Amino acid sequence: MSLLDKDLETLHQELVAGDIKATDLVEQSLDTIEQRDPQLNAFITVNAQQALADAVALDEKGIKAEDKLAGIPIAYKDNIVTKNILTTAGSKILNNFEPVYDATVVEKLSQAGMINLGKTNMDEFAMGSSTESSYFKPTHNPWDLDRVPGGSSGGSAAAVAAGEVFAALGSDTGGSIRQPSAYNGIFGIKPTYGRVSRWGLIAFGSSFDQIGVMTKRVKDSAYILTAMSGKDAKDSTSSKQEVPDFTKFVGQDIKGLRVAVPDEFFGDGIDEEVKTQVEKGLKVLEDLGAVIDHVQLPYTKYAVPAYYVLASSEASSNLQRFDGIRYGYRAEDVKNLEDVYIKSRSEGFGSEVKRRIMLGTFALSAGFYDAYFNKAAKVRTLIKQDYERVLADHDLIVGPTSPDTAFKIGAIVSDPLKLYYKDILTISSNMAGVPSASVPAGFDSKGLPVGMQMVAKRFDEGTIFKAAAAFEAATKYYEVKPSFKGGAR
Amino acid sequence: MNFETTIGLEVHVELKTKTKMFSPSPVTYGAEPNTSTNVIDFGFPGVLPTVNREAYRLGLMVALALHADITKYTHFDRKNYFYPDNPKAYQITQAEEPLATNGWLEIEVNGVKKKIGIEEMHVEEDAGKNTHGDDGYSYVDLNRQGTPLIEIVSKPDIASPDEAYAYLEQLRKTIQFTGASDVKMEEGSMRVDTNISISPIGSDKLGQKAELKNLNSFNHVRLGLAYEEKRQAQVIMAGGSVRPETRRFDEASGETILMRVKEGKDDYRYFPEPDLPAFEIEDDWINEIQSEIPEMPDKRRSRYINELGIPEYDAGVLTQTKEMSDFFEATIADGANAKLASNWLMGEVSAYLNANKLDLLATKLTPVNLSTMIKLIQDGTISSKIAKKVFQETIKNGSEPKAWVEQKGLVQESNPEVLTPIITGILDANEQSIIDFKNGKDRAVGYLIGQIMKQTHGQANPKVVNKILMAELNKR
Amino acid sequence: MISKNDVTHVANLARLSLSQDEIDRFTSQLDQIIAMEDELSHVETEGVKPTTHITDEVNVFRNDVVVNDGITREDLLSNVPETKDGLIKVPSIIDKGETDA
Ligand SMILES: [Mg+2]
Ligand SMILES: [Zn+2]
Repeated sequence: MSLLDKDLETLHQELVAGDIKATDLVEQSLDTIEQRDPQLNAFITVNAQQALADAVALDEKGIKAEDKLAGIPIAYKDNIVTKNILTTAGSKILNNFEPVYDATVVEKLSQAGMINLGKTNMDEFAMGSSTESSYFKPTHNPWDLDRVPGGSSGGSAAAVAAGEVFAALGSDTGGSIRQPSAYNGIFGIKPTYGRVSRWGLIAFGSSFDQIGVMTKRVKDSAYILTAMSGKDAKDSTSSKQEVPDFTKFVGQDIKGLRVAVPDEFFGDGIDEEVKTQVEKGLKVLEDLGAVIDHVQLPYTKYAVPAYYVLASSEASSNLQRFDGIRYGYRAEDVKNLEDVYIKSRSEGFGSEVKRRIMLGTFALSAGFYDAYFNKAAKVRTLIKQDYERVLADHDLIVGPTSPDTAFKIGAIVSDPLKLYYKDILTISSNMAGVPSASVPAGFDSKGLPVGMQMVAKRFDEGTIFKAAAAFEAATKYYEVKPSFKGGAR
Repeated sequence: MNFETTIGLEVHVELKTKTKMFSPSPVTYGAEPNTSTNVIDFGFPGVLPTVNREAYRLGLMVALALHADITKYTHFDRKNYFYPDNPKAYQITQAEEPLATNGWLEIEVNGVKKKIGIEEMHVEEDAGKNTHGDDGYSYVDLNRQGTPLIEIVSKPDIASPDEAYAYLEQLRKTIQFTGASDVKMEEGSMRVDTNISISPIGSDKLGQKAELKNLNSFNHVRLGLAYEEKRQAQVIMAGGSVRPETRRFDEASGETILMRVKEGKDDYRYFPEPDLPAFEIEDDWINEIQSEIPEMPDKRRSRYINELGIPEYDAGVLTQTKEMSDFFEATIADGANAKLASNWLMGEVSAYLNANKLDLLATKLTPVNLSTMIKLIQDGTISSKIAKKVFQETIKNGSEPKAWVEQKGLVQESNPEVLTPIITGILDANEQSIIDFKNGKDRAVGYLIGQIMKQTHGQANPKVVNKILMAELNKR
Repeated sequence: MISKNDVTHVANLARLSLSQDEIDRFTSQLDQIIAMEDELSHVETEGVKPTTHITDEVNVFRNDVVVNDGITREDLLSNVPETKDGLIKVPSIIDKGETDA
């Protein structure tokens, strides 16, 4: 058994007692990356030297009982900036970019002693649900190497599921943490908008983006999220709300927990096996004392169009800074400034990114703003009100995370609309800014993981940790390991 | 055909803060390229803006001084366009809900007063600076990137180049008095763009506007607009029509020159800035700022005229800048006669500043020293001739007038017990002058005073001398 | 319906140059996506305020104090393709001027 299969508390005790060293964990991580990553492509950059040096320094200093996270290997999605470490956002346009500062989350977790093992693969600028749009390479799913790991945080999900690293951070704009977590059979949480500082997260949709945690086990996630949350003066949208110790919710019983199950989450287009698995999961929650109630979220069907207008509009503006002037890719053979802009951007961005830039630019352009951007922003209000109404008398909304399980690489990459609708179940949480997680909920008949989504009130991640941990304890799906089957060339 | 003119002015004013509008890097002037910048000013991936409270406060102060309605619920917007001095490729500004709307200023042209409306004003960030080399490259300095600006947009109430000039002068003065900005065009802390159109008198439709840019003084604004008024009239009279174009004023020829013709409207794709939460400007804050606004120049001017008896022209000059006006008030607060203080500031002080190209605050003159000097003149301690010497000393070296006068022995002799023997001595020695005086020859008195002054090395108090001399002459 | 001209116009605004092939593909894809967006027109939004910020925070200001983050000009310029005397060097700008702030 790999050291990285143990839970955080066990590792921590062993580190403090001196039974293992931080160096052992980093070496275990590097060995697994060496063994698995040629097949998985979960990493864009492996931070081997620095990680080892940090581990050695930590071992020399010694790990104290209060430093819960010290010595634990973590990886960061490659849209989270890391000082002096290549940060690409999965794009050619940043293929040579070395940031001069650390994201707040990196600063906080490094401060807590976590060791950065490297940067994980992703859909270019986090635009995608399969990690196929990465400029560098597609990531493969450890449960079936012929399949996608989901996206856009597909590298982070695959790395954690494959045991390459203990934990990874991802970012979630419309489901980019939860859907790959579901496809990889791990626990992934997108916190409330504003819970975690976005300083240092390369922006996609600024009013949707949140950084979150991906781990195998719920409590491990609670430790990490507690350490990285909180008000950051550098992010005006980050919240002053007090950050509870999320681990305290783990182990609480869920008797009387009021669970809302939206009819819309079990409608057409949701795979029957996924439905069955999630319904089984709901039964587990009920057995644990939860009260299940069926509700309606009528505006759900407008979430996808509204989201694609708004997030693409914000993205079209956010991605204008990639112009070849101050950093990143600059095209050769340019005669004048317009050339620098047009050639660098046209050569530097992939087609999915161009598509969203085009869509967003269109939605904001003269004559179309009211019909698209402003209309979608009003629909967002209605979706948010839907959630507020249901969560006013329920503790949790539960349903599937994704309409299906991991699909084959290349299967739908050419049909953007079909790909967009894969996010139908996750997008609303970002529209409403509420916390939302994917919890492992068993497997389909192909042995592919199914995820169950849990959504709570704003700043009530605690309830998600409570329910997810209770569910995990009752099901123990984390004990099933990925098979690494397929992948024949 | 006779035309009427409609002028619009867009004025950008740099707000006087330590840090930038959306980043905590320093605002500097003339620093080494790209040294007053940080990751935010560079628009690095992952950075986020934060709003400078002081910049917003100064913006509100200007808005209140311009009698505008403050927008209570507001947010920032992004204005999208590509340019190398604009690193994010968007400017954070206020478009949908500007800081304030509906202000006004009162101007006076040829004795006629007129209210000019202000459409709106908003705070925003300045861009960096491009310089264009002759080597086929341009060079970008981002030091200015992010400097806080307030943009003030007039209503189409301005009907002549003279009114435009008066509006700018009044705007500059008003903002200068709030202390929110240096408002110096030569340093770029105030920048003016204009547009102008003409239409036949009585027509209810505005003519096609042309824009006038790159104006570096109020006078150029006036000259450029006057030229443009004539040019547009000629175009129309010749059967042509004015094009929507941007022109610049050429100083050498006094003409406006075409820069570019505008094709269609720019599409800036404005939308609410998602990185900055909305604002709800509280009444308490507005009231607090209102109470901090110093008395405005027009109010001061009429107070000087009505309460202090200062001539209108002088009161106008004294209220040109807040420094001058504050200096004047501090001088009289220290006990100096208001008219004398005004005369000195208008006369010797202004002459000195002009000759040495200095700002009042850059000299060593203090209101207390000026008032001390004026009091020394009033109580006869020094003559006004000596005062000029004292003034040069105190403005150059900051010497305290009373001490310096005593140390240099420049105190005027006013003691009759000292002066009477000298005067009688001189009378004794000048019998002929006494005879002349008795025969009605006034010249004799002048000669005698000259003799007295000579003997006292100019330090005799002329008033006292005159009095004693007349008494002594009448005794003879 | 979105036309090829619309697609070209939008690409210009976004500083993207598209091949004929890309124009064709984007026109048909954007057309489909925009048809999906047009679903929104069925939603009654009379009197509904737009949501453009999802944070609960309001009135977030920074004090006017210089922060020195220790990042030097050399650091800031370290990713710039070409510099000269501390300035960012770019190929010449056709429309020489300054941004209208
Ligand atoms: Mg503006
Ligand atoms: Zn402006």
